[in-house]
Amino acid sequence: MSLWKEYLRPTTVQDAVLALASAPDPSCAIAGGTDLMLDLQQGHHPPVHTLVDLTNIPEMRILEVRGDELIIGAGLPHNQIVASPLVQQNAQALVEACGLIGGPQVRNMATLGGNVAHALPAADGTIGLMSLNAQAEIASPDGRRRVPLREIFVGPGKSSLDAKREILVSFAIPLRKEHQASAFCRIMRAQGIALPILNLAVWLERQNGLVTDAHVAVGPAGPVPFRASQTETCLLGKPINDQTISAAQETLLAEATFRTSPARATAEYRRQLVVVLLKNALNTAWERAA
Amino acid sequence: MTNNPISLNVNGIDYQLDPIPGETLADLLRKRLKLTGTKIGCNEAECGACTVILDGDPVLSCSYPAERANGKHITTIEGLAKKVNDEAKLHPLQEAFVKHGAVQCGFCIPGQIMTSYALLQRTNQPTPAEIRHALKDTLCRCAGYPTIENAILSAAKSLQTGEPVSEPQVPPSSVDSQVIGKIQIRPDAIEKVTGEAIYTDDLTFDGMLFAAVHRAGVPSAFVKTLNVDKARQLPGVVSVLTWQDIPGEHNHGLVIYDWPVMVGVGERVRYVGDAIAIVAAETQEIARAAADLVEVTYDLQPVITNAVQARQPESQSLHANGNLLKHIKVRKGNPVEGFADSDIVLEHTFHTPSTDHLFIEPECSVAVPLADGRMEVYVGSQIPYQDREQVARALGWPEERVRIVGQLMGGGFGGKEDIAGQIHAALLANVTGRPVKLLFDRHESLIVHPKRHATQINVKLGAKKDGTLVAAKTELYGDTGAYASLGEKVLTRATTHSAGPYKIKHVHADCYAMYTNNPPAGAFRGFGVLQSAFAFETMMDMLAEKLDMDRVELRRMNALRVGDETSTGQIMRESAGLVECIDKVEAELLRSSGLSKTELFKPRRVPGAEHLIRAWGFASAFKNTGLGGGADDTSGAEVELYDDGSLQVRSAAAELGQGLVTIMQMMVAEEFSLPSKRVRVLVMDTDLTPNGGPTTASRQTYVTGNASRLAAQTLRNAITAVMAEKYDQAPEKIHFSEQGVHVNGHVIPLGQVAAEMRAAGHAPRALYEYHAPATKPLGQGGDMHVAFSFASQAAEIEINSLTGEVRVLRVISANDVGRAINPLGLHGQVEGGVVMGVGHALLENFITKDGYVVTDRMSRYRIPSIMHTPEITSIVVEDPTKDGPYGAKGVGEIVCIPTPPAITNAIYNATGVRLDRLPVDQEQILQAMRAMQPAG
Repeated sequence: MSLWKEYLRPTTVQDAVLALASAPDPSCAIAGGTDLMLDLQQGHHPPVHTLVDLTNIPEMRILEVRGDELIIGAGLPHNQIVASPLVQQNAQALVEACGLIGGPQVRNMATLGGNVAHALPAADGTIGLMSLNAQAEIASPDGRRRVPLREIFVGPGKSSLDAKREILVSFAIPLRKEHQASAFCRIMRAQGIALPILNLAVWLERQNGLVTDAHVAVGPAGPVPFRASQTETCLLGKPINDQTISAAQETLLAEATFRTSPARATAEYRRQLVVVLLKNALNTAWERAA
Repeated sequence: MTNNPISLNVNGIDYQLDPIPGETLADLLRKRLKLTGTKIGCNEAECGACTVILDGDPVLSCSYPAERANGKHITTIEGLAKKVNDEAKLHPLQEAFVKHGAVQCGFCIPGQIMTSYALLQRTNQPTPAEIRHALKDTLCRCAGYPTIENAILSAAKSLQTGEPVSEPQVPPSSVDSQVIGKIQIRPDAIEKVTGEAIYTDDLTFDGMLFAAVHRAGVPSAFVKTLNVDKARQLPGVVSVLTWQDIPGEHNHGLVIYDWPVMVGVGERVRYVGDAIAIVAAETQEIARAAADLVEVTYDLQPVITNAVQARQPESQSLHANGNLLKHIKVRKGNPVEGFADSDIVLEHTFHTPSTDHLFIEPECSVAVPLADGRMEVYVGSQIPYQDREQVARALGWPEERVRIVGQLMGGGFGGKEDIAGQIHAALLANVTGRPVKLLFDRHESLIVHPKRHATQINVKLGAKKDGTLVAAKTELYGDTGAYASLGEKVLTRATTHSAGPYKIKHVHADCYAMYTNNPPAGAFRGFGVLQSAFAFETMMDMLAEKLDMDRVELRRMNALRVGDETSTGQIMRESAGLVECIDKVEAELLRSSGLSKTELFKPRRVPGAEHLIRAWGFASAFKNTGLGGGADDTSGAEVELYDDGSLQVRSAAAELGQGLVTIMQMMVAEEFSLPSKRVRVLVMDTDLTPNGGPTTASRQTYVTGNASRLAAQTLRNAITAVMAEKYDQAPEKIHFSEQGVHVNGHVIPLGQVAAEMRAAGHAPRALYEYHAPATKPLGQGGDMHVAFSFASQAAEIEINSLTGEVRVLRVISANDVGRAINPLGLHGQVEGGVVMGVGHALLENFITKDGYVVTDRMSRYRIPSIMHTPEITSIVVEDPTKDGPYGAKGVGEIVCIPTPPAITNAIYNATGVRLDRLPVDQEQILQAMRAMQPAG
């Protein structure tokens, strides 16, 4: 009748994946647990035999530069990401996204890995990472693999991770070079469920007064976190000004699909908001990239 | 990495504990280490009450697996005060919370203090913005957020400088006396900041069982079959009871006994929260599992989802007398004539939603059977004597066999007046012979207890060109849900206040209080008047616009003054401070905004951020003090002198956090010329304290205040008489001071006085039963109420014209409270009322769909946090009422009533979008703004 029977606290990734693979069904990994614990307590997740705790694994809590990448452990809580000068230097969109998730107490527990693993189309951390072209390192009993983040998402709340064999170990983000910058913004609703109506992140490169590269991520705009590739193309070779923004807004409205979520927002409202968010994020990132 | 013992350090002590599968850190702390200062408000990581410090960071212990705490250092609220020479020395944060009045009901306070403690560990000079950021998700429903912020700033300063924490700044009282009107520390404040304060769920008894209730889960049905065999067979289950096992009356209720203790086979289910069976088991988990094993089949019936539908002839009758609980009528003059006589007539329909009290402490009852055949029920209840009556009726016992032992309450706001688990716990305790605890989780609390009435209100208003109001006709539909609760009373108040605090010659009001299949609706701060004030104050602004008149002037010229007659025919003979409230808010508005009178309510774009538009809005209100309407409004209090020279004042009035205990303590101290700490207060115990009546209708300062004051006077007079006799001095020459009784050159310490009273054959105590002045029922004219409180508020909002998002920046709140008895407590009420009003304007919406509750978790029902809290300026207006203690009248409700219309009127002033529905919907505002813009 208890929500779990065994609670394991492995200290290496290898031990964790082996423990997960050998634990009797049903078992699962727990990182921050801020969602899983509620799901278990409220009966949305059936009781499990074993919980494998991922928060005592040093490799999953690293935050360091390796080569030309910033490595962020999937088991790091959001507050540590927000406070990190390395992340502040290299990934402003991620800092802004992680700073808005939940409240302070939740941010002290909830991990970036958990945010991604839930595969929600409008998870703040995920949208931030998507704009930064992040890659994910995944461990299984068979070894490690590295995939672009977007390949993890299969459908709303569905990831390609094998929950019984695989765990997210870390994320890799290209180090920010001169004239590159990012920004994240979102809009919430005062009442009801604490999910964003809409969030959006932009990364861009500014050379000689023109956009030379751009990434735009939006959620929820479809079943998985959305990268607006046509909008990105539309920005290339242009300065960020009213005309460019206007063209980008039109392109984004044309390529993204918004839907109505009861008690949260209508599709129409999301269309009205997404152009506001795009403008804000483009202007912020553009200024930062100067 | 396997299930090793958990090693952890809590408050400096090392523990090694065996893991318990499924245990959270909160359970480990509360149940195993008995550190019950850490509170569970929601158990869903929303409210922050369970916050503890773990390796320096604040975390939510309710969703933290205990086994994860292995190797961690934890600090709980019990670990903050340091023992110095065997005496607890409060941490400056605790001291500042006490001193500034940041402690009200106290239930969230451990979370507030621990969260701010973590902040102060990181920075010793926090800015207000940092404080707000840190406390964003630590909710306080008493909503003393500005005071909490000031307390933290004050503590930070004290930590930097080593100086004592600063004194609070609150508007003073006009009373110049020793205790009344002075800043006082709540008698229960210190235990509430150290975690020592005990609330009902903190209690345990030997052999205690845990209860769970099987609820219908369908909104409208007849029970076809009911089978509890599987539940009974589950190991660990001690008792399962159904409707057949109720020895006494099968229904309970506050006015009408229409609410089944449990619904039986063949009987009607009227809402999803109806109880079908109750279980007592050895653990909470077993009880819950057994309740889930109860098998019921239903014959589903059509669902009545709102009050208008309930009145349709084709709707099924939910009760024997139909769906109309009451048609409430106000008749004054002849509106047909009045409208004909008017230069302008406006009409509009408004809607307000159901809302939840969301007190942070969920309902809990513990029933304890005694060897002598009596039953004790430990519960935080707003009406202990009515709990006693209702529990006794269900048991089939005389009332005296039941004792209600009231506990500290983590907020009530009207939501703890009805029976929650009291009867169920008592039935199970009676059958099992063991103590039984029935604790609601947040989900059960949201589904079961009565809410605020959802209303539809039509207002037709006629006026002369010069603004003189001539006629008003209002029609209200109120959704009282499945059972009556206090529905008739609430909607009577909505109706009698539905033409505002104004002098209007012709007023007709009709209200239909209707049963539906929604959760019951009952008392909730504002008691119906919050709803009707939203409608009428919006109409007043619409009228001002039509007449091209200053909205403040329109209210001022029509305001009820001494000599005027209310809609129900009551002549205001005194204490009508509305004009002063209006004047003072307007003056403060002009002073602080720097705007001219003509610019005051105009939209203003924020320089540098042109998409942000600001504007002020204005509203007024009144609210009765006391039960009125012909009810015998009575409270008893007893005062006793002890041999140590202390006094105790006792009444079964309820302390829900609002500060009644401080009021009682101050009044008795005042009468004896003592510092208030010499007076102890005991409330809410039906064996030990006289009946104080219900804690509702902003009545307790008035009635129990008077009872306490007069009991103290009675005892003082008795003492004077004995002393006069013994020391041979005229009574009028005897006086009291902190040193004792001064008589004929002697100073007799009060402790010795107690002994001398007994020696003279007098018990050193006095009981006083206070009856408020008589009132008349609605429809008979004359005084329907003993007094009214008045208020005006101005609210400044900022709207983002690109997204529709609304923020409330500032609220100026003037309240005519008669007399400010306890300025610190009054300030807490003002802040909390404004913030609750902000919640009702912008956030709160208890949603049902076809009778099913959509907002069934705290994560779906949002209440204001510190981030939603505007800057609040409180102006105290004191127009005393003759029979109020020292002139005081009620304040608990009036403070929240003008806020929603002040906000929605401000939104109109900023955008031109008129809102006739609460809460404000940012999407709706944006669409309306865009629709108004010229095409292209």
